Amino acid sequence: MSMDRREFIKIAGLTSLFGAGASGAFQLLEPGVLDASTHEEHGHGDAAHGQAEEQASGPKVRWAMIVDVRKCEDPEVVKRIVKACHTAHNVPDFGNPKDEVKWIWADTYEHAFTDSANEFMDKGIEHLPFLLLCNHCDDPPCVRVCPTKATFKRPDGIVAMDYHRCIGCRFCMAGCPYGSRSFNWRDPRTVLKGKPPNPDFPTRVRGVVEKCNFCVERIWKGLQPACVEAAPNVLTFGNLADPNSNVRQILRTRVSMRRKPELGTKPSVFYLV
Amino acid sequence: MIEKALKGEPRYWAWIFFLLSIIGVGFGCYLYQLSYGLGVTGMSRDVSWGVYIAQFTYLVGVAASAVMLVIPMYLHHFKKYAKVVIFGEFLAIAAVTMCLLFIIVDIGQPARVLNVVLHPTPRSILFWDMVVLNGYLIINIIVGWNTLLADKKGVPTPGWVKPFIYLSIPWAISIHTVTAFLYAGLPGRHLWLTAVMAPRFLASAFASGPALLTLLLLLVRRFSKFDAGFDAFQTLAKTICYAMIINVFLLLMEFFTAYYSHIPGHIHGLEYLFFGLHGYDNLVPFMWTSAILGVIGIFLLLVPKLRMRYDLLAVGCGAIFLGTYIDKGVGLVLGGFVPNPFEGVTQYYPTFPELMITLAIWGIGALILTILYKIAISVREETA
Ligand code: SF4
Ligand code: SF4
Repeated sequence: MSMDRREFIKIAGLTSLFGAGASGAFQLLEPGVLDASTHEEHGHGDAAHGQAEEQASGPKVRWAMIVDVRKCEDPEVVKRIVKACHTAHNVPDFGNPKDEVKWIWADTYEHAFTDSANEFMDKGIEHLPFLLLCNHCDDPPCVRVCPTKATFKRPDGIVAMDYHRCIGCRFCMAGCPYGSRSFNWRDPRTVLKGKPPNPDFPTRVRGVVEKCNFCVERIWKGLQPACVEAAPNVLTFGNLADPNSNVRQILRTRVSMRRKPELGTKPSVFYLV
Repeated sequence: MIEKALKGEPRYWAWIFFLLSIIGVGFGCYLYQLSYGLGVTGMSRDVSWGVYIAQFTYLVGVAASAVMLVIPMYLHHFKKYAKVVIFGEFLAIAAVTMCLLFIIVDIGQPARVLNVVLHPTPRSILFWDMVVLNGYLIINIIVGWNTLLADKKGVPTPGWVKPFIYLSIPWAISIHTVTAFLYAGLPGRHLWLTAVMAPRFLASAFASGPALLTLLLLLVRRFSKFDAGFDAFQTLAKTICYAMIINVFLLLMEFFTAYYSHIPGHIHGLEYLFFGLHGYDNLVPFMWTSAILGVIGIFLLLVPKLRMRYDLLAVGCGAIFLGTYIDKGVGLVLGGFVPNPFEGVTQYYPTFPELMITLAIWGIGALILTILYKIAISVREETA
């Protein structure tokens, strides 16, 4: 179940056009609100400012992802998703676990849901691949610990990275309870062999942290995230803040799970099994 | 006074050149790390802090421990420490400098380190750690140097230095508390997510720092005419012993909480360190060595007859220094990372360049300490 494309473009496009701030699609259409909405600089909105606004009126856009795990059974699907993301973002493949950088990958139920595994589990679930990525937590510990604000939360809920700000202290990696972050232990450009797969997305330098960015650069253009585009029947991306959105409809009708909910980070990635 | 560091026997110069050569090799390795990236280390996605941050954590404790001399001396007018308190302050200067260097070498983009200052982020504990560490360094330089100057002239420490001395007391506590908070506030890292992290850090610091200081003063006693005095040694030994007992007690509390609650996540860290997890047990021999050294150390320092013998005092302090070093300089960081967020195990082994860089920073610390101690001893010998 993917979002109606027109609706998606409407929200994504308009949100970005008028600043990803508290001004959502529906408010934007009201006269007067347009004038009041400020042009917040895109990509590096002040997180504190955004939070203050959130408290006043509640966010109008809160991006979220739903993973339909049973549809991941075919290993080709997982491969396609991972490849789409890693190509779009020039994620280097060093070919060894020590230097590994990854944005989205698959792991077992037991590893993804460390506290909810049990020995009598449905064998079907046990062998399903669970796609793991940054959860774009509502209360992200990685943002809390970063000493330079290189990791920050945008008003639309996306936890973004400023690669130029990051000092590479890796505090955020210790802080993320989901193992979602990677560090460039080596120069990623050396394995991209001079020619990045996607010339439109920046490559990184060594010594900075990176992770999934919910394809903020695509949403901005009104596109779906690369992974969703690669497997629209498996992944659903949408606006959690809108009660009528595609994601809210799914979450209303299906039982979903989030990783480590007891930590209070409120992940924005949901799993259907 | 600096000139006092430039006069010495051949033995002194041999030691200085030995340190310089270690520093040189480590510096070469650091240049290699700078050009290749932190990929030269054994760290990985799962174990993203290694030996550098572990040394940093341990040395913050050593730095903080100077307060165990300052409190008796300045708050309780315990005159037996009058001649040694300066050595504690100099040890703190060397230790904090090493801490800062370990942070620098651990950062992936060292050229951007000023971003911490340019974009101050008070919600990040790392920001506060930077503030308190630099502050502590400055306080100790002010206090140490002026105490020494006053000593040389044979006059009491000038009045304006006193406020800095008193300030250094809470400040010392703060550097280790804040460093503990770097670990203690992280969700999902069970071994670190404990309220006794800061108290345990302080207890182990107040054991390990004075233990190192005692060893150094015993060396000074052997190689120079300066003797800290029997009473000073005995009091130091008692401080070390009681701090270590509290440290062990707090560790046992961790075991109780984890094993009685029987929550798997809380057990895993300790299990990996002391018994091995899923067959991964590379730290088990180290951790038991640490535990045994701790017990030996406590025993030697607790029994007055043993403690009064200088050789056994040295063994006891050595045991405690090494035991706490393994616990905090090796086990703490790895135990928190190695059972990873996926309940998997990725082991970590430091690489050769990583170890050489580490050694070089210890070398720089030793060099600073040697020079400062040389000056202090010369002054002491003159005024003796
Ligand atoms: S999953 Fe990890 S990296 Fe992503 S927002 Fe949450 S804490 Fe940060
Ligand atoms: S590694 Fe970069 S993003 Fe992570 S906490 Fe440090 S400065 Fe922030």
